[in-house]
Amino acid sequence: MTTNATEHIGQPNEKAGGVFEKIARSEAFRSEVHESVFKDDAVLEIKNFRLWYGQKQALHSISMPVPRGKVTALIGPSGCGKSTLLRSVNRLNDLVDSVRIEGDMALNGDSIYDAGVDVIELRKRIGMVFQKPNPFPMSIYENVVYSLRIDGERDKRVLDEVCEKSLRGASLWDEVKDRLQESALAMSGGQQQRLCIARAIAAEPEVLLLDEPCSALDPIATGRIEDLIEELKGSYSVLIVTHNMQQASRASDYCAFMYLGRLIEYGATDTIFLAPRLRETEDYVTGRFG
Amino acid sequence: MSPAIERAGASPAPKKPVQKRERRERRSTSLLAHGEPFVWLAGGAMATCLFMILGLLALIVYQGGATFWPSDVPTIALRNGLAVAGEVNATESYRPEAGAYTRLPEGARAQAQAYVARQDGESERRMVRVGNYEYTGVHYQWVSDFEIASTQLDPWMTVIERLARGTASGRFYGVPVAYEFDGKVQAEGSAAAWAAFVAEHPRSVARHERAEELSTHEVGAVNAQLEASRLEVRAVELREGTDTPAHLAAKRVGVERDRVLEQRFLEIGQQIAALRAENAKHLLVLETADGTRAKMQLADIVRAYQPNGLSALGKLRVYLSRWWEFLTGEPREANSEGGVWPAIFGTVVMTLLMSLAVVPFGVLAALYLREYAKPGFLVSTVRIAVNNLAGVPSIVFGVFGLGFFCYIFGASIDELLYAERLPNPTFGKGGVLWASLTLALLTLPVVIVATEEALAAVPGSMREGSYACGATKWQTIQRIVLPRAMPGIMTGMILAIARGAGEVAPLMLVGAVKIAPELAVDGTFPFLHPERSFMHLGFHIYDLGFQSPNSEAAKPMVYTTTLMLILLIVLLNVAAIYVRNRLRRRYTAGPI
Repeated sequence: MTTNATEHIGQPNEKAGGVFEKIARSEAFRSEVHESVFKDDAVLEIKNFRLWYGQKQALHSISMPVPRGKVTALIGPSGCGKSTLLRSVNRLNDLVDSVRIEGDMALNGDSIYDAGVDVIELRKRIGMVFQKPNPFPMSIYENVVYSLRIDGERDKRVLDEVCEKSLRGASLWDEVKDRLQESALAMSGGQQQRLCIARAIAAEPEVLLLDEPCSALDPIATGRIEDLIEELKGSYSVLIVTHNMQQASRASDYCAFMYLGRLIEYGATDTIFLAPRLRETEDYVTGRFG
Repeated sequence: MSPAIERAGASPAPKKPVQKRERRERRSTSLLAHGEPFVWLAGGAMATCLFMILGLLALIVYQGGATFWPSDVPTIALRNGLAVAGEVNATESYRPEAGAYTRLPEGARAQAQAYVARQDGESERRMVRVGNYEYTGVHYQWVSDFEIASTQLDPWMTVIERLARGTASGRFYGVPVAYEFDGKVQAEGSAAAWAAFVAEHPRSVARHERAEELSTHEVGAVNAQLEASRLEVRAVELREGTDTPAHLAAKRVGVERDRVLEQRFLEIGQQIAALRAENAKHLLVLETADGTRAKMQLADIVRAYQPNGLSALGKLRVYLSRWWEFLTGEPREANSEGGVWPAIFGTVVMTLLMSLAVVPFGVLAALYLREYAKPGFLVSTVRIAVNNLAGVPSIVFGVFGLGFFCYIFGASIDELLYAERLPNPTFGKGGVLWASLTLALLTLPVVIVATEEALAAVPGSMREGSYACGATKWQTIQRIVLPRAMPGIMTGMILAIARGAGEVAPLMLVGAVKIAPELAVDGTFPFLHPERSFMHLGFHIYDLGFQSPNSEAAKPMVYTTTLMLILLIVLLNVAAIYVRNRLRRRYTAGPI
């Protein structure tokens, strides 16, 4: 991929470029962040965030706002740090021993990496859906209300209400309302992923993280999840990692292109796909590399 | 792009043919490549294993199942004029020595020698269970073919299983000839005597059981009250000091109390004596094969039947009645007759207590090792140590259990809670609780290893999902990891049960006994008596096989008891596997 990228360097192009060369020479460069992303109020603010796995730096000075009530997509080739960035938002990377972090993020103004932050309470404010569906070994009902259960909620009425609302929110209610007490592990892959979304929104998170939620699903299930993301827009702030360019262009409002642990360009999805400012971004979204 | 295409497009220069390695000519792929010999090797190994296991099981099932089948009792007239009757236990061919013929009358010796010579110096002989120990002095006797004058099946020949009384023990074989009541003959002839026996026998047995009940339960209850009374006085003595006014007062009250109890003791004794005297009047007179007349109290007869005249159904009835006694009865005649109920019960109670102890401890230890401890030198060392624990000889665990549980732990409990009973130990000796804990220690590695593997097999994505929902580590373990790992933990428990229930050596030190007077669970408060010693099927097998005074008679019981132990372990395992499969369906079904 790197060799492919260098092949295009030097080709005549009216756009600004040479970012990859700067990275290769370890020179400082400025992420191309469009002014449009500052138009909306930010639910999540990533501030000069850096992350190392042992000696290897995986994220380099990432700064970006995530607008409230919108869908923001993270795109970029494999290994560029999209998932690492996403997992840093709810501090799942804390579970990896070798990780070291500098910089900070702020969720609705509250620091995420401050020394006094209660990670458990923080995670309750953030929902996350993983690449592979990961329903828990319990009934559909218990899966959905899991976050309430661990919070000690016992009131059956509240639990029932949240369960129905979340399953409706994940457009799964009609399919499973008659078998809520059955094992969640017996559902199809697509249903399981929507169940995971229902589980995530049951806690009414301030931001919803989706880590390639469709990569393990067939096209039909993928379509349903994309429709669902469309519906979630407005009521939830969504940060989604995706490998699928069509998905990013269809489903997101804003789009951030990452490469080798750096944020290259970030702006409104239309602009990124139709009129990016950097040649590298254009190459990537048009499929000329990556 | 492949190099070939690149070359073709690059230049028109003549192509150099690609140098290919010479292929070895073969008509077909070699057997070694197909792995045929190894398939045979693997299959052969499996077949050998199966053959050994099935062979062992078949032997046990056949021998164990045949033990209780009533076989015919031939009456064998010998050439020396004597006669024996009994069940034939075994036949074999042997080479008689010259001295073997001296038992024959002189006229028959030459004929017998000629008979043996015709068979190349070999003769068949059979082992006859002759019984009638008080007259013959033996339980079994070898009878060679050349000694036999004639063999016949007497339809009235009766097998009597009886309780030991004096030198009279083991089975009795004889023909009923008369029935006596209070010194007078009431019935003569086999049929009449047998009819009288059948009519009276249940009443005699009932009287006997009543007397037994009186002498164990009622006398036992009075004894317990006497002991309680003594302990009360002793407790006051320990509290207030010897010969203090309080102690003397307690002593006076105790003497008063004891007098009433001793009165009751005498009354019970008289009742028992009356019952026994009545039983002593009913006698069955039997004639053995060699003409000796023997009188037998009806109450001593446990079971009597005429096998030679029995139909298949009648034999089946005797067979089932013996099995029933075996499963539900207490052992008698030094364990070589009767049942193994106390041993079955002891084995089950011990295994359940062991599971209760080993599973929580093993699971918690594995949880810490796998989930909390930081992987490193110390954890590896602990893991290796745990695995090595599985290789320690079980008798070592027995010694440890005796030293630690019985002598240190149990003795401390005695000093704290049962001081008035000292020097008689309560917990400071072998008992079912200490045996369970010793075996729990023995099977701990199995549970820890199985649990660790089950925990490691829980997908990381499930844990991450739980953490992402804001669950703490403990909540994740409790709600996600443990339920998901439960089938694996159950597998560990099944292995532990199989290992623990079949273990014998350590039990000999920590509480398994030949005869346990009382079960570990019974109707007297507090119902569970973990300090009591107990009987165990495995130990029972050892005792029957190697400690029995009448080892030939005990041998079939070894097989039957072994069969019982195997069935019991299978049963416990099937129960655990059923539970595991239910859990597995619940927690791990589906496409993940």
